[in-house]
Amino acid sequence: MYVIIAGAGKVGRNLARELIDKNHEITLIESSRASYLANEEEFEHAIQYGDATELWVLERAGIQRADLVIAVTGDDEDNILLCQVAKEKYLCDRIIARVNNPRNHDHFRLLGIQPAVSATDLILRLIEHEVPRYGLVHLLALEEERLEIIELEVTADAPVVGERVSDIALPEGSLIISVLRGGAGFVPKPDTVIQEGDEVLLVLDPGLEDAITTFFAPNGQHAAF
Amino acid sequence: MFVLIVGAGRVGSAVAKRALAAGHEVSVLDQDPLSHERLDAGQSQTWEDANGQFTVGTALEVDALIQAGIERADVFIASTAGDNTNLVIAQVAQKRFGVEKVIVRVMDPARADWYEEQGLQTISPTKHAIEMFESALAPEAG
Repeated sequence: MYVIIAGAGKVGRNLARELIDKNHEITLIESSRASYLANEEEFEHAIQYGDATELWVLERAGIQRADLVIAVTGDDEDNILLCQVAKEKYLCDRIIARVNNPRNHDHFRLLGIQPAVSATDLILRLIEHEVPRYGLVHLLALEEERLEIIELEVTADAPVVGERVSDIALPEGSLIISVLRGGAGFVPKPDTVIQEGDEVLLVLDPGLEDAITTFFAPNGQHAAF
Repeated sequence: MFVLIVGAGRVGSAVAKRALAAGHEVSVLDQDPLSHERLDAGQSQTWEDANGQFTVGTALEVDALIQAGIERADVFIASTAGDNTNLVIAQVAQKRFGVEKVIVRVMDPARADWYEEQGLQTISPTKHAIEMFESALAPEAG
């Protein structure tokens, strides 16, 4: 795979190293002369000096044959712009953008820059995952596919406690894909009996969260997301 | 017409003053409070006395744009110092707020051309300068 990474900061450099280790071909683009010079010795021909939002710089880096463009500069406008150009002008299928200021997330979404990753969001998700008083955790939202994966901890008063998976009449458009119990996870069989304290992973159509919660954690707090 | 100008540098402030003199309602947004001085410079009355509006805020902050009146803007002019900022906020004005006429300053001629093809009205001072230098260099006709 050929990957262009814009921004040779901590994130960009470490991504580049990981991808090189996995035998991918990469080009890092860095717009600060000082940072470029500091990294030239390590990355040699795989780092280029220039403003990755300029078309000729992207073309020099071989944007036409890039399989993936990763925009991790410290500037949200730059990340948006270069992803937009990569996607719409050079028809690069896959882009990943970093959101520096979470308040700018809407702008990424508005202009179709997905996935857009922000450290704040990631940490928020971790908090939701780690704080047990939340009944429901969104693990993954596949927006284009209109599916999400959620996790619920089964409470003592849940109607499903003691029920076999095959006997639980879940709403259409939802499916139990995994059960975490005693630190281990497994894929449930029809005769698996749900117990209190199980963490249940479900895949579902968006909008079914509340209905699902009543099965597994009727009085659990809904983690609004 | 209600004109919202983001970026009160030399160009933005001059355009703002002319638009106000031409009888339009004009609102200016800039992150630097001192840029207000450019709006007053050379005028017989202050910007506010002349019924101009001025908001301090960052162009990417939606709240600042709303405070500056983007929801009722007929014309949106993006003239901050950054090409990428201008291109992002222009698209926000167009796609999120449905502003009818959006004009963007883009220094880089290549990006100006491409975004023009995508439906933004771009003005590239660099491109004009290049053309003027070129014609100044050309041998006199006849």
